[in-house]
Amino acid sequence: MKNMLELSLVHFDFVPSIALATLHILGASMLVALVRLMRGPSLADRVVALDLIAALAVGLIAVYAIYDEQPMLLRAGIVVALMVFVGTAAFAMFLERRARQ
Amino acid sequence: MIEEMIRQISPILTSLIMLCGAGFSFIAAVGIVRMPDLFTRMQAAAKMGTLGVGLLLIALVVHFNETGILIRASLVILFLFLTAPIAAHLIARAGYISGAQLWDHSVCDELKDQYDKHTHQLASFDSERRPPTAG
Repeated sequence: MKNMLELSLVHFDFVPSIALATLHILGASMLVALVRLMRGPSLADRVVALDLIAALAVGLIAVYAIYDEQPMLLRAGIVVALMVFVGTAAFAMFLERRARQ
Repeated sequence: MIEEMIRQISPILTSLIMLCGAGFSFIAAVGIVRMPDLFTRMQAAAKMGTLGVGLLLIALVVHFNETGILIRASLVILFLFLTAPIAAHLIARAGYISGAQLWDHSVCDELKDQYDKHTHQLASFDSERRPPTAG
């Protein structure tokens, strides 16, 4: 019995289904963050929400790479992670300059 | 023998880390909606978001078990850990300067008497007066 259980665990590849569930959770998180993006009272709140959504997009790409067995997709994640910081820094500079005027 | 063990444990470990990462990401998203002011929201997004995405990338490394993936994922994690605090600091600074209100129950605002909102000058602490401390 124990042997059979081990065998079934080895042969049934459950990682894709868990990855699919994780993709759904991440998508739900992005939708929840979208609420703040639309509602946020100030522009700074929206920038924070956008920053989080972009970070979640990197995670989404990583999980999709597991789901699809495509390690190449990680490179897209690198690009997104690099671009987001520039965007956030630019937004922060814009906010600060606008406030100083 | 050990390779066989690794082959058996790796999917379980991948799934666990992946679910943990997804949980932390979801907590970050809930935090950004539920928290009362800009600074606490930024806190939730910066810390929990980084932790969640870092865990997801670690799951990727465990799943593929290759050196190239390890290096690339480490690069992304390193970059996220370097830039997330800087980005959060930049947004917090810009938010404070553009007049974001703190939560009513906030304990400490160290810039309150030091920063002039009209001239945008930042004064240093008096040597006579001790800086305000958090309760």
